[in-house]
Amino acid sequence: MVDIGNTDIDALPVAEVEEADLYHAKSWITKYVFSQDAKVIAIQYSGTAIAIGLVGLVLSWMMRIQLGFPEVFSFISPEAYYQFITMHGMIMVIYLLTALFLGGFGNYLIPLMVGARDMVFPYINMLSYWIYLLAVLILVSTFFIPGGPTGAGWTLYPPQAILEGTPGSDLGIILMLVSLALFIVGFTMGGLNYVVTVLQGRTRGMTMMRLPLTIWGIFTATVLALFAFPALFVGAIMMLLDQVLGTSFFMPAIVSFGEHLEYGGGSPILFQHLFWFFGHPEVYIVALPAFGIVSDLISAHSRRNIFGYRMMVWAIVAIGAISFVVWAHHMYVSGMHPAFGFFFATTTLIIAIPTALKVYNWVLTIWRGNIHFTIPMLFSLGFIVTFLNGGITGLFLGNVVVDVPLSDTMFVVAHFHMVMGVAPLMVVFGAIYHWFPLMSGRMLHVGLGKVHFWITFLGAYSIFLPLHYIGLLGVPRRYFELNVGGTPADFIPASVGQLNAFVTVITLLVGVAQIIFFINLFWSLRYGKKSEKNPWNATSLEWQTPDMPPGHGNWGPELPPVYRWAYAYSVPGFATDFIPQNVAPSTMPGLENIEDG
Amino acid sequence: MIITLIFMLAVMITIGRWLYLNDLTTKSWAVEGIENMPRAEIKLPKSKLGLFVFITVITGLFSLLISAYYMRMGFGDWAALPDPPILWLNTAIIILSSAAFQWAQISARQLNMRRARIGLSLAGLFAVLFLAGQLLAWRQMTELGYFAASNPANAFFYLITALHGLHLIGGLFAWARTGGKLLRGNDTSKIRASLDMCTVYWHFLLLVWVALFSLLLAT
Repeated sequence: MVDIGNTDIDALPVAEVEEADLYHAKSWITKYVFSQDAKVIAIQYSGTAIAIGLVGLVLSWMMRIQLGFPEVFSFISPEAYYQFITMHGMIMVIYLLTALFLGGFGNYLIPLMVGARDMVFPYINMLSYWIYLLAVLILVSTFFIPGGPTGAGWTLYPPQAILEGTPGSDLGIILMLVSLALFIVGFTMGGLNYVVTVLQGRTRGMTMMRLPLTIWGIFTATVLALFAFPALFVGAIMMLLDQVLGTSFFMPAIVSFGEHLEYGGGSPILFQHLFWFFGHPEVYIVALPAFGIVSDLISAHSRRNIFGYRMMVWAIVAIGAISFVVWAHHMYVSGMHPAFGFFFATTTLIIAIPTALKVYNWVLTIWRGNIHFTIPMLFSLGFIVTFLNGGITGLFLGNVVVDVPLSDTMFVVAHFHMVMGVAPLMVVFGAIYHWFPLMSGRMLHVGLGKVHFWITFLGAYSIFLPLHYIGLLGVPRRYFELNVGGTPADFIPASVGQLNAFVTVITLLVGVAQIIFFINLFWSLRYGKKSEKNPWNATSLEWQTPDMPPGHGNWGPELPPVYRWAYAYSVPGFATDFIPQNVAPSTMPGLENIEDG
Repeated sequence: MIITLIFMLAVMITIGRWLYLNDLTTKSWAVEGIENMPRAEIKLPKSKLGLFVFITVITGLFSLLISAYYMRMGFGDWAALPDPPILWLNTAIIILSSAAFQWAQISARQLNMRRARIGLSLAGLFAVLFLAGQLLAWRQMTELGYFAASNPANAFFYLITALHGLHLIGGLFAWARTGGKLLRGNDTSKIRASLDMCTVYWHFLLLVWVALFSLLLAT
């Protein structure tokens, strides 16, 4: 659609610049700090994302402590509570999950899986990380400024986000918006890389339909992000102007503390539209890479080709497209026209179809497979179950009549934590256990991994299943305190308090148990069992590099040619139960017997 | 959001068509080998494809802004701005800037580097003049009492012009780099590639400006 510039005036063909030689770092600083190697950038992205994610985890403890044991810890004031909520949500959704899946896994896996030496624009890729880091640092700095971080809720709805009375309505919200804008600028730089590398960086024989689903997921999610984040950017800039210059994009006429403010005529709903035009695709920006990765993990660890590869690809693309027309299902209670509600409820139910198709295909991939209960497989199975659970409550909430009474209750909290918190984290852990040998050359400890999985999986259910229940009872979300003068409010059964205390204890335990994972990570880095090459007997290209861990430039003198798709597992008539993508049919006996399907 | 949705539809149709025309229907499990594979080719240098993706993203950004503009207009307190005459002059200047780039690009293709240098210098000069003109327009508006905070129409005027200006300033960095290559007398193919990219970007920003200016005139 953008055809400008391709004029026909030239006698000479379009100047094609030869591919620049791979950038070679000249010093320690350019090799490990200001690195242009996608693998190093990936680790920088992941490290930063996980570090800020741990801050988000601690914030969730603070909230849970307040909910489980109100009036016990005096340092959690109502203001602080709202700040914890806001920062927890923002950190987890954007600064952890988006950055980890796209910046972390995207950077590491795209060049390796498509058979490229690096991203196509390494310099911009480096800038992307450093701008992301700056955004994170600005975000963290709001904890230390007068007034503290914003407490407007992660959706940052105006007018309250910038009105006196909301914590951090001054510098807190300003820095939050600046940080978001920077994040988006940084992401766009990375996103250009991911998209163009997938389109143009593929090695010989690697057609789009031979790409592993991981790449399809990351690629589609990146395209979504490139078009969804500008909505947040526009919203953030406009709110920034409302706050700093006193414009009234989103601000209606308001009397605050008895004083008539200068604002007037603006619409908070306008912000909601912009926010959710970003916000809903954002769910899939996190989910699609998870879908893709989990498809590859399930296939490799049950030694079976992915069921319905073409449909899996189509489903990813369809989900991506439909995700742009479901946003107002977050706004059923905003007073919008019922006809819109009908439209968005319909699209929301439609998007469940390709999503359900994916779930069926995962299950059918495992069906009669040679299942290896490795740690990545455990986490993948955990993901399928959790995603299904979270998805089903999504069908509830997608319907206007069910959503209206459940809106702003703990049920919603439970729903989106299942579908967007626990499920993607299962994939993150699974992916780390799966690709850690590739990154480090050593295996993670299996026993510790199993303990980590079971505590996390069962713990997550102990936390979020009760929240569904108390949500159905009508316990509202975002409330600092459910008690009125020491006793629970009328509409809340007394047992809710006990359940809340239980959930809080589990939350603390599960959170602390993540130490097992970090101990495993750091211990294995030095003392873990040395990994053989391609320890999972996987077919995809990233395991076929000449060195493991892959060196700078990934491949030897020649890029690997690709002869088949990434799911040639348990092919009949062949000695081993997998055939790597880059093995030529002529060099391996028995390969000519491969039958269709 | 209609404008944004129309834009998104166009993007999706483009992507969908590309996927369909290439190999989205291949039974990849049944096809082995490396010869005659339908590798979906985009006959563009990587950097140019990157630029087109970037341009599409910015188009999305501005379409969102225009959507917000129309939505905010509907809330009753909108008082349209007078259209400052200097904007016509600025429009002429940015057209000249784009034309100068085109000329530089053509000259470079004919390997006339002296003319390419003149064209590039003129393009940069006109771009800076345009930015100065926009600042002047801002000053005229504030002198007439049209402050950002006093009406959403004013606020949008400043926001739109500022965002467009920022993109042009970003373009000037690329302009400077291209200029550097020209002065150092780098490899002509590199210079031509840089000029190609800048020209495309400049034409794009001209189009965006024409769209935004029409929006201001029409409302």
